Amino acid sequence: MNLLTELAEGLSISWAAICANKMRSVLTTLGIIIGVVTVTLMGTAISGLNKSFLNTVSFIAPDVLFVDRFEWAPHSREEWLKIQKRRPLTLEQATQLEQRLKLSQAVAPMITSRGWVQYKKESAGGVNVIGTTDQFVYTGGIGISQGRFFSPAEADGGRPVCVIGSLVATNLFNGSDPLGARIQISNQPYEVVGVLQKQGTFIDSSFDNQVIIPIPQMIANFNHTRDLDQIQVKVKSLAGLEEAREELHSAMRQIRQLAPSDPDDFAINQQEQVLTMIHKVTGTIAAIGLFITGLSLFVGGIGIMNIMFVSVNERTREIGLRKAIGAKRRSILLQFLIEAATICLIGGLAGLGLAWPLTLLMQRFLPATLSPAIVGVALGVSLVTGLLSGILPAWRAARMNPVDALRNE
Amino acid sequence: MSLIRLNKISRRYQMGGETIHALREITLDIQRGEYVAIMGPSGSGKSTLMNLIGCLDTPSSGQYELNGVQVSEMDDNHLAEVRNREIGFIFQTFNLLPRSDALRNVELPLIYSGVPAEDRRRVALELLADVGLADRVHHKPNEMSGGQRQRVAVARALANKPSILLADEPTGNLDSKTGREILVLFDNLFQKGHTIIVVTHEEAVARHARRIIRILDGLIASDEPTDRNATAPS
Repeated sequence: MNLLTELAEGLSISWAAICANKMRSVLTTLGIIIGVVTVTLMGTAISGLNKSFLNTVSFIAPDVLFVDRFEWAPHSREEWLKIQKRRPLTLEQATQLEQRLKLSQAVAPMITSRGWVQYKKESAGGVNVIGTTDQFVYTGGIGISQGRFFSPAEADGGRPVCVIGSLVATNLFNGSDPLGARIQISNQPYEVVGVLQKQGTFIDSSFDNQVIIPIPQMIANFNHTRDLDQIQVKVKSLAGLEEAREELHSAMRQIRQLAPSDPDDFAINQQEQVLTMIHKVTGTIAAIGLFITGLSLFVGGIGIMNIMFVSVNERTREIGLRKAIGAKRRSILLQFLIEAATICLIGGLAGLGLAWPLTLLMQRFLPATLSPAIVGVALGVSLVTGLLSGILPAWRAARMNPVDALRNE
Repeated sequence: MSLIRLNKISRRYQMGGETIHALREITLDIQRGEYVAIMGPSGSGKSTLMNLIGCLDTPSSGQYELNGVQVSEMDDNHLAEVRNREIGFIFQTFNLLPRSDALRNVELPLIYSGVPAEDRRRVALELLADVGLADRVHHKPNEMSGGQRQRVAVARALANKPSILLADEPTGNLDSKTGREILVLFDNLFQKGHTIIVVTHEEAVARHARRIIRILDGLIASDEPTDRNATAPS
């Protein structure tokens, strides 16, 4: 008997069996439906969460290296106290870097602060103020929606110009054209030359709530020393990231005149670190969430197993007859496995049917979609649940002795 | 060559701490084309003998050669194949699948022997016509009379053209009229050359056979031809 006939036969038998016990089948399937709904929703929520985390860091380009005083990682208290003594990064170091680096195409020094902005009667506080050079347009992962970024000449400090984030534009201009307008940034006048594209993230809106000004203006107006918060370096190609990082590392050591035995007193950070951290967090959430929801599927599976044992018991004579007229163990095993899998697959489909509108509801909070992958996983999981919970009853049926089975009343 | 050759077949069961000797060194030959009745009171071992002949069970000792093949040592799956090919079972309680119509019930052995769907259908329809149920092919068992159900069972038993028809009290659940009709059907099958073994405790049923084997306490008590031999086909 070939496998195809056997599968077709198994399907038709199990369908008949399911239809013959409609109420029982529906109740049993309910366990799987609930399991699939929770697993699907959890999967969708986790992928949505992941997506919004990644959106948040999307302005950290993968081909940009970030020279900071500290590593982007949690520090212990002792470590923290030790690295506090690290010397600041300076504008001169950034200039020297620019001259030395061969494998990088842009170097942008950066000073950040907080301030308030005002235009006519509108004002807003808690705005991120970034002082940088024209190179920031390459390193900062920004897009310009209106106007332009400031020029090298402007960056050198000739004119007080600024580029504003979309939220700042909305707050101050409320629909009117911001280009060419003179706004106050912490009491100093700046001309708006450009507006940034809206980034809009799940975590916060700090990216949209920023203004960017030339670094000399920053130093002059915000009473800063020439200390930098960060130097951003964009490498020439992503493929050459490691060599560029190596070049940057040795250049920084030379510029900061570290002896070969000295440890680094700066850090080179990159997107990868953030991604690693995010994946760690979402991975943990996913593991816990899926474990908990998996439990409900497990309970559903036990229900299936239970009903399959009942089904095998009820049909002992049928099994005996089938064996008497030539069914091998495999045929009987397959018949009951298919029955269990069919119940579970029906439950899986029904569960997806229920989960779909719920994910639409979830979309209000998260960029969550019921992806084909999740649909596939949900159906796969219900199929596997069916096979796993069916295997014991099916094995019992397959091993029945035909003489005893036929004698069963 | 004998179709069935039992050589010193014994079958023992463990029940509690006790060993029950259901069959004690039975030696028996049945030729192709014979019509044999196996008789005996309950507990005599006749059901055990039938299960062994039908390859539903294996002997504790002794050899069983069916159609030239040693089956006494075969495993479950091989026995299933032999049953599918060589044995057509007819049960007292019909044992039809309740949710399947007559056609599908008759097709069942063909499914397990891997016959393609179209051939299955054709063979099953022919067989149902042969047993006089051409107009009942899509009836389910609960829509048919006892006699009709047993005819479906006979058609099913014949599906794979088995060497032996093995009937266990085939008229036990039928009234005397329909019982006689089934026995006439058996007579016809015998005339066509089928080998038939009927297990029964009714003398009237057994007398349709050409040879009666009586079992008592696990042994063959007698093995005699019946008076119908005079009219046996050549």
